[in-house]
Amino acid sequence: MLNYLLRRVLYAIPILLGVNLLTFALFFMVNTPDDMARIHLGAKHVTAEAIERWKSEHGYDKPLFFNTAAAGAEKVSDTLFVEKSLKLFVFDFGASDDGRDIAREIGQRMWPSLAIALPTFIVGLLAYVSFALLLVFFRGTALDTGGVILCVALMSISGLFYVIGGQYLMGKLWHWFPISGYQPGLDAWKFMVMPVLVSLIGGIGDSSRFYRALFLEEIGKDYVRTARAKGLSDLRVLFRHVLGNAMIPILTGVVVVIPRLFMGSLIIESFFGIPGLGSYTIDAIQAQDFAIVRSMVFLGSLLYIIGLMLTDISYTWADPRVRLE
Amino acid sequence: MLIKPVLLWSDALILLLLASVGLLVWLARNNDTFRAPWRQVMRSRMGSSTALILSVYIGIGLLDSLHYVERLPTPAGQPASQPAQYSGEVLSALDALLKPLRENVEKTYSAPFATHLYAKETVLGPNGRETRDYPRLQHGGAHLADPERDFWADVSERAGLGLLGGWVVWLLWRSWFGCRNGCQNSGARFGLPGGACSATGPPRRNFTLLVILLTIGALLALAPHYHVLGTDKVGQDVLYLSLKSIRTGLLIGSLTTLIMLPFALTLGIAAGYFGGRIDDAIQYLYTTLNSIPGVLLIAAAVLVVQVQIETHAELFETAAARSDVRLLALCAILGVTGWTGLARLLRAEALKLRELEFVQAARAFGVTDARILLRHLLPNVMHLVLITVVIDFSGLVLAEAVLSYVGVGVDPGMISFGNMINGARLELAREPVVWWQLAAAFVFMFVLVLAANLFADQVRDALDPKSKERA
Repeated sequence: MLNYLLRRVLYAIPILLGVNLLTFALFFMVNTPDDMARIHLGAKHVTAEAIERWKSEHGYDKPLFFNTAAAGAEKVSDTLFVEKSLKLFVFDFGASDDGRDIAREIGQRMWPSLAIALPTFIVGLLAYVSFALLLVFFRGTALDTGGVILCVALMSISGLFYVIGGQYLMGKLWHWFPISGYQPGLDAWKFMVMPVLVSLIGGIGDSSRFYRALFLEEIGKDYVRTARAKGLSDLRVLFRHVLGNAMIPILTGVVVVIPRLFMGSLIIESFFGIPGLGSYTIDAIQAQDFAIVRSMVFLGSLLYIIGLMLTDISYTWADPRVRLE
Repeated sequence: MLIKPVLLWSDALILLLLASVGLLVWLARNNDTFRAPWRQVMRSRMGSSTALILSVYIGIGLLDSLHYVERLPTPAGQPASQPAQYSGEVLSALDALLKPLRENVEKTYSAPFATHLYAKETVLGPNGRETRDYPRLQHGGAHLADPERDFWADVSERAGLGLLGGWVVWLLWRSWFGCRNGCQNSGARFGLPGGACSATGPPRRNFTLLVILLTIGALLALAPHYHVLGTDKVGQDVLYLSLKSIRTGLLIGSLTTLIMLPFALTLGIAAGYFGGRIDDAIQYLYTTLNSIPGVLLIAAAVLVVQVQIETHAELFETAAARSDVRLLALCAILGVTGWTGLARLLRAEALKLRELEFVQAARAFGVTDARILLRHLLPNVMHLVLITVVIDFSGLVLAEAVLSYVGVGVDPGMISFGNMINGARLELAREPVVWWQLAAAFVFMFVLVLAANLFADQVRDALDPKSKERA
């Protein structure tokens, strides 16, 4: 198992390197630092001097891969690729284009993100799986048909509708919760309920339908008939056998997103004014702050790879036949 | 010539897409394994009615893809032999059809069927005194002498006429295509929606068609005289905006697929069939792409494209050409980042097929790899491709709205569902609430996506051997 994990960690390095090369190519080669400077300076102040000054202020005044002006090892190390891209590997995110330390911002902003994303994830998983089990329990009846129709209808509605509708109804019309904002500490729950609720409703159609299909596939198998023939009750068959055996496909989709919960959701956070990483990213995109976008891309990929490893580990827990070698 | 046709890049690609779909259908017209599942889709009530709704949307989208520019009138006193000057505004066939809707622009918001503006203005009273009041709209209900008295009578008269017209057309359609005694009619033979009826079943009344025709009839009667869905902030008719948004949504859904397919097909099948180093390399490629959070990768690429477009502004003659290129870039980005899911499916399938007897036999006969891939593997994974394409479509239409909200979607000047929602979402805070623009965008999108989802289900049931076993 340890051996396996070590191999996975080693395999992660080329992937992260690939991610870095890709973002580097996008942000430094397709788009030169000159383009970046021009955007940030605005059309009025573009002079050759101003561009050079902006670049040296933000550390973009170096060659891409090979520095002919430097001596010795600095020829390779004093370049944009090493400074801006490879340093991400040691979590040295540097400063954003408006001069703030990105690592510190991430450290502060991941908690509000987590406060919304974690409850959404846990309650969501429970709700979706139970709803799917309910539909499967009543399979073939009107309840099942109605539930599936509801799911298809719910998943055909734009996610933006749930957010806007939720804010309008719960915030403006009924005055249940504040429309947006966030406050750390005990009062945070007031601001958490609505985003969590809205994302739950937004996801129920898609996920429940997926889980229902999974369970239906399991329920047609022979071991279910055997379990029923032994005289087990419907509920017991459903929860112990069907749910247990459907665990692997469920885990495949679910575990991989757990590490990424830190990064929050772009839409939810920006609509509800949560000062988390999601709204940080969206602000960076809208301000065209490439330093932040690059850091978030790296962070996201890293968390995804960790998620993949967690998925593999969770298989051994769900199915004793799986051995990681 | 009074107009000059303009072929935007996206129009050309749509034509290419249509031509290739047409060619594919024509090539496979006598192939029963190809036709059987589609006939099953069209025979089912759900399949034929959702196909009908989708084809209405596609029809509107296609009309909106025939672009032209109008010739400017030659200024007086200049010789007519001068080279013609064309307007910089690119219009489409849909614009020409919806001319009254496009040109009936009010000052600002007005509610659906309103005769007065949403906001108060200083108006000159009959006795010459200035008062603050809601002014009459310039176009919506402008033909009414006294809106308070005539409004309901006028609306119900027009709506009634429109509905009647729609109903008559439906009856005509039925007597033309509908068959009485279970005869096999031409519509059903070609799997056309509307005329569908099976040899055994009773003749079917196509209620979806009736609803569509009634809606079109009522809109035709009412829309030139009222703003049926109200007007937006700058006074444009919301119905017009909604209809124009359809093309953007459809383009995103279809062109993305067109760009994604070559990647997914070649890489996915190659990885599964050849294995070894090639498989490793392709797996590395898609794990890397997959590991980047989707929205971020799209955002990063769109930001780059945006900068490129801004720095090369001189390349684009018209605003329409610029937003068109940006839309295409968005499709390309979505396609290049979106092929991984299908590629993975195809890889697994090719891995399985490679070991089957018919492939082994072909290899033993000395058939070349290229021929095996084209003649034996490709046709056997086509059902997966079709299912993925129809399932992805609805997701892409929804994604457009979200991406436009994030600011990395289509050009802000382009009419799209995302931009409509984005422009109106803050107006819910007004008093009274401005709801019609949001509602129109959501409803138009909902009908399209719901139809696409239900249609996709039918296609999957018909094409996927696994789901048939389950049912």
